[in-house]
Amino acid sequence: MTAVGRYWVPGLFAALFAYPFLPVAEANRGEQFTILFVYALLALALNVVIGYAGLLHLGIAAFFGIGAYTVGILTVPFFPFQQSFLVAALAAVLVSALVGIAATAPTLRLRGDYFALVTLGFGLITLYAIRNLDAITEGTKGLNPIAAGPLPGVKENVDLSALKVGDDWGARWYKYPYLYFVILSALGGVMLLLRNLERSRLGRAWVALREDELAATCMGLNPARLKLAAVAVGAGLAGLAGAFYALALRTTGNPQAYDFTLSMIMVCCVILGGLGNRPGVLLGTLLLMGFDRIATNLLDNWLQEEFDLGGGAYTKVSGWKLIIFGTVLIVMMRFRPEGLLPEARHARELRESDDQAVDSGQKEK
Amino acid sequence: MFELFAQADATAAGFGQYLLLGLVLGSLYALIALGYTMVYGIIELINFAHGDLFMLGTFFALGAATAVGATTADAGTGTIVLGLALMLVGTPLFCAGLNVATDRAIYKPLRRSPKLTVIVSAIGVSFIFMNLGLFWRGATPVKFPDLIPDTNLLGGAGSVRFTLKDAMVLGVTVPVMIALTVFVKLTPLGKAMRATAQNPTAAVLMGINVDRVIAVTFAIGGALAGVASVVYGLYIKSADYQMGFQNGLYAFTAAVLGGIGNIPGAVLGGLVIGVVGELGKAYLGAKWSEALIFGILIVILLFRPTGLLGARTREKV
Repeated sequence: MTAVGRYWVPGLFAALFAYPFLPVAEANRGEQFTILFVYALLALALNVVIGYAGLLHLGIAAFFGIGAYTVGILTVPFFPFQQSFLVAALAAVLVSALVGIAATAPTLRLRGDYFALVTLGFGLITLYAIRNLDAITEGTKGLNPIAAGPLPGVKENVDLSALKVGDDWGARWYKYPYLYFVILSALGGVMLLLRNLERSRLGRAWVALREDELAATCMGLNPARLKLAAVAVGAGLAGLAGAFYALALRTTGNPQAYDFTLSMIMVCCVILGGLGNRPGVLLGTLLLMGFDRIATNLLDNWLQEEFDLGGGAYTKVSGWKLIIFGTVLIVMMRFRPEGLLPEARHARELRESDDQAVDSGQKEK
Repeated sequence: MFELFAQADATAAGFGQYLLLGLVLGSLYALIALGYTMVYGIIELINFAHGDLFMLGTFFALGAATAVGATTADAGTGTIVLGLALMLVGTPLFCAGLNVATDRAIYKPLRRSPKLTVIVSAIGVSFIFMNLGLFWRGATPVKFPDLIPDTNLLGGAGSVRFTLKDAMVLGVTVPVMIALTVFVKLTPLGKAMRATAQNPTAAVLMGINVDRVIAVTFAIGGALAGVASVVYGLYIKSADYQMGFQNGLYAFTAAVLGGIGNIPGAVLGGLVIGVVGELGKAYLGAKWSEALIFGILIVILLFRPTGLLGARTREKV
């Protein structure tokens, strides 16, 4: 591995930590970056299930939503609980993980596509429940304001304006400038945690299971328990991402934020970056979601200023967003299915499957 | 407390009405589900773009109707008949062509790839179709010409209404399904299709041109989606670029419910989904009927993963 390959992730984190102190920093951009970090966390969570354990999960948005609404219910004035964010986030992780286990346990004997379908159904049902139980979730308004500070015992705003260097950093952003750092740190922490998890007994067992379930079983691994563990870890992390999402927006927002499209886009992020490879997943999410949330708007503004194209949908980059997304996915799958930064083992596997006969390979995959 | 569930018309006639509506809608879902199930049966691809193909079909039909001036029921019988004929012939051709072209360009080079690769490509195609729909007709729902009157065919006495529209849906969908069954059961090409679904290797060894069978499967699946899109447009009278998503998911659920890869299963699944959806709407409220449908999907998968009519096969290790 080259030096760039080895150091770009720590370098990226250092740059992101430094960003708010640079003269070019804008509070607006900081907010957008914070949301990107949340999605990166969610993609890493999904990567545990799809990348490590090899289970195609199409309902990760459900756990994202469960995490967000757990925090909402435990912190907003609408309910009597009024916990701090730290307690609420811990609860979000636990609740998501437990729901993940409870929803997955009955499905363990299903294989491949059927498992994916059950997770799809689960994701949709969770979304409908969030949308329909508006007496609890406040429907499209969302639960707000989520005011509790992220530190233990801190419920009010902490004035960190002394830290600000950029123009309005901290003045806007609902006076919570430190969320950027909190969520970025959490992302870094999860990256480290997952690195250790990959190398642990559990992580290696997942890989064995993913590569060949029969062989892994013969070696004395318990597939059911391993799959449950993967879903529990993935769901717990997705719940954490949801908790941070609610915190960053200060509301649980519109239930649409937790729909099937999000699950799909997260699968795309993971596969685009490189299934099973943490830095790849991080890169894939930053590129895809960064394009979605930031680059299209920038390009649109620039195009309008330079050329004044009028208002039609196809004069805007954002109007072409889905076509660009779709084309990127198709081209990637055709020419580089292992992702931008492939995991070594997964890349080898894909190359080998090219050599197999058409028909024998197909039905058994 | 808040009101969780809707109040239904609890009379027997009310029940009959919901059942009838469910069967009509269900036959529509069945047509779309057939496209999913046939493609899955042949190449084991969950074709996420199928619902969006259906959406593009509705827009095409709308364009065809507008082109000949069949935009309202007062347009004159000749114009309406011409419009209907144009829609019913043109849209299936359009959808079949688009489906086959997509397979050629995008899925065919991936035949040897792992499933996930192809599924992700299908998601990509779905995104592109949706965007094309957005360009075609904009982001807001558009009106579809209301060409078939709502005349009640059962007379005024009975309280169950069976309108000309309902009859139109069944009058198109049922013969199409019968024709498909005849094709798959009795023609040599249908036989080749069944052979390929059962064992592609053996099919190749028996001299079957598998590529051609796959192309025909995509063509038929697309054509069925095209027929469904015309009938849907005439029945629901509205179209928007996101309608493929919801209807595609229902149809897909129907395919799985019946046993994915199984043709009579898809029809049964479609009818069950239609009836359950309508009864759910009536007795639980519209907002819970979707959750009910996917709840049933999960329960079926848990207790009978191969679907209602699917054969009980053990997946190979």
